[in-house]
Amino acid sequence: MTATHARTQHPSAEHAPATPASDQSQQSSESDRLNQSRVGNDRPVGVPGPATRPSAPEVEARTLGTASTTAVPGPPRWRAALGKAAPILLALAGIAAIWYLVSYLLLPAEQRFLLPPPHEAFGNTATNPAVMTPMLEALGRSVSVAMIGLVIAVAVGIGYAVLMSSAGWAERILYPYAVILQTIPILALVPLIGIWFGYGLGARVIVCVIIALFPMISNTLFGLQSASAASHDLFTLNKATALQRLTKLKFPAALPSIFTGLRNAAGLSVIGALVGDYFFQQGPVGIGGLLRTYTLRIQMDALFTAIALTAVFGVAVFTLFAVLDRLVIGRWYGQRQ
Amino acid sequence: MTAPTASAPAPTASQPDSMTRTLVLDGVSKQFATGTVALTDVDLHLRSGDFVTVVGPSGCGKSTLLRLASGLDDVTEGTVEVNAHATSYVFQEATLLEWRTAAKNVELADELRGLPTSQRRSRAQEVLDLVGLTGFEKQFPRQLSGGMRMRVSIARALVTDPDLALFDEPFGALDEITRLRMQTELQRIFQLKKFAGLFITHSVSEAVYLSTRVIVMSGRPGQVVADIPIPWDYPRPPELRYSSEFAALTGEVSTALGEHS
Ligand SMILES: Nc1ncnc2c1ncn2[C@@H]1O[C@H](COP(=O)(O)OP(=O)(O)OP(=O)(O)O)[C@@H](O)[C@H]1O
Ligand SMILES: [Mg+2]
Repeated sequence: MTATHARTQHPSAEHAPATPASDQSQQSSESDRLNQSRVGNDRPVGVPGPATRPSAPEVEARTLGTASTTAVPGPPRWRAALGKAAPILLALAGIAAIWYLVSYLLLPAEQRFLLPPPHEAFGNTATNPAVMTPMLEALGRSVSVAMIGLVIAVAVGIGYAVLMSSAGWAERILYPYAVILQTIPILALVPLIGIWFGYGLGARVIVCVIIALFPMISNTLFGLQSASAASHDLFTLNKATALQRLTKLKFPAALPSIFTGLRNAAGLSVIGALVGDYFFQQGPVGIGGLLRTYTLRIQMDALFTAIALTAVFGVAVFTLFAVLDRLVIGRWYGQRQ
Repeated sequence: MTAPTASAPAPTASQPDSMTRTLVLDGVSKQFATGTVALTDVDLHLRSGDFVTVVGPSGCGKSTLLRLASGLDDVTEGTVEVNAHATSYVFQEATLLEWRTAAKNVELADELRGLPTSQRRSRAQEVLDLVGLTGFEKQFPRQLSGGMRMRVSIARALVTDPDLALFDEPFGALDEITRLRMQTELQRIFQLKKFAGLFITHSVSEAVYLSTRVIVMSGRPGQVVADIPIPWDYPRPPELRYSSEFAALTGEVSTALGEHS
């Protein structure tokens, strides 16, 4: 969950020449692809290829031109999408199968309420507006708490990291706070936050921010420091201002790590919202609060539906940022549309 | 200096001259904070039209020499004088910004200086054409081969029309075939642009083929132990490498290297 530096460079001899025919990227997993392309800057250059022939630049121009404009004839978009979604769908099918298995074969009938089969759990809840409506409202509250918390964590996290990266002493002074924030168990802080800030949505946003902040800070900082010494020299030689160095070198270099941080922070922010809901029973009800209520009342159908909804929420958030990541970073590091 | 009569070996450092030199290193020494003495008492004079190559054993302070010349580092002793409106630096690795297209990478210096976009574009296009990358402007670095990346890097260095161009083993990471091609290319560009070039390499034949002068440095702490003028005019045909005169000069450089490493 808190694997922060997921995109550190790993040694890779891979060098995919930019020929339209090479289709390897389709096969390697997305993160692999990004990893491989990230080494581009440090990898010893110099793989001989027809593209380096100075005598025939026109020919190469055509070849490469095709790579970026005309797509290679391949499967249509929806089929590619289906291909990518297949493992997830399979996993879901697997979970459902196990679920049914446990429910019908493992559990004796009188204990089946512990794990009602999916169609019953979801069906009973979805068809009962008295349960479903408050549940969706609660989910909506938690979603907005998580998203507001995430936005704040991202803004504060990036700002804090930029500040730290501005000078060695700034990092030495500021980093310990981030670490302390990370090491105090959030569960120890939540009740205190409730006492100080009340039990409303604001207090829950604070929980989200605290929980999501560290991966934002650490990933951004790591990213801001990832530009090579030579590229810094380049900016020094061109008399770049500190602001130019930040916006044109450090920040773009940091973007891949920032996206890694963003995905982690988003997941944590969802957890933060649920934890806040769960502890702050007095305030407006969030989906986390309902989880607790259903548990206490042993409303198993509703409980499973609520769990499924939070899972969908988490996956949706994660997917959103994965897609965003691909759109922004993929352009530089070799994502092919 | 008067017009050279014969086939004009480039002026050596020992010749005093009233004309402004592009780069003057005078009694330069460099000791790092760690205590390492990288250079001792180096004199080096460069004017436009000079293409001086430095060879020397690894760790003798060649990169340090370039960093001092470019102002990236400060000397411990001696003086560095640069008379250039623009100095450029080509690194060993292409050092391209992965998030910028080839053209945008080349535009960087002008962008940092705040030149208007249209001007930036045409200036970048000009040097990209010069290095043979017409048609590749919109490619991202990862879409380019090693040799092409290095061309972008050279184009980026040339875009400011420098009078002093520093090269730190730019072709060291390239394969042999690409390397030979790049040497020919660079020579053509040098002939056209007539900057003062200071070029570092580990390859003796590259040094002799490219330069007007080859400077041989001793092992650390680096000192200039030989300053060998290379007589031929440009352009130099690639076949020159197989001539006996060429062999004689590479032999001379290698001997100087061997005696002092
Ligand atoms: N920033 C630094 N701090 C301390 N020592 C340094 C620093 N930079 C270089 N040195 C040392 O100075 C010496 C010369 O380094 P330099 O990089 O100039 O060698 P070089 O001739 O370029 O070697 P190579 O041919 O391997 O590139 C080396 O011993 C190196 O360890
Ligand atoms: Mg070096």
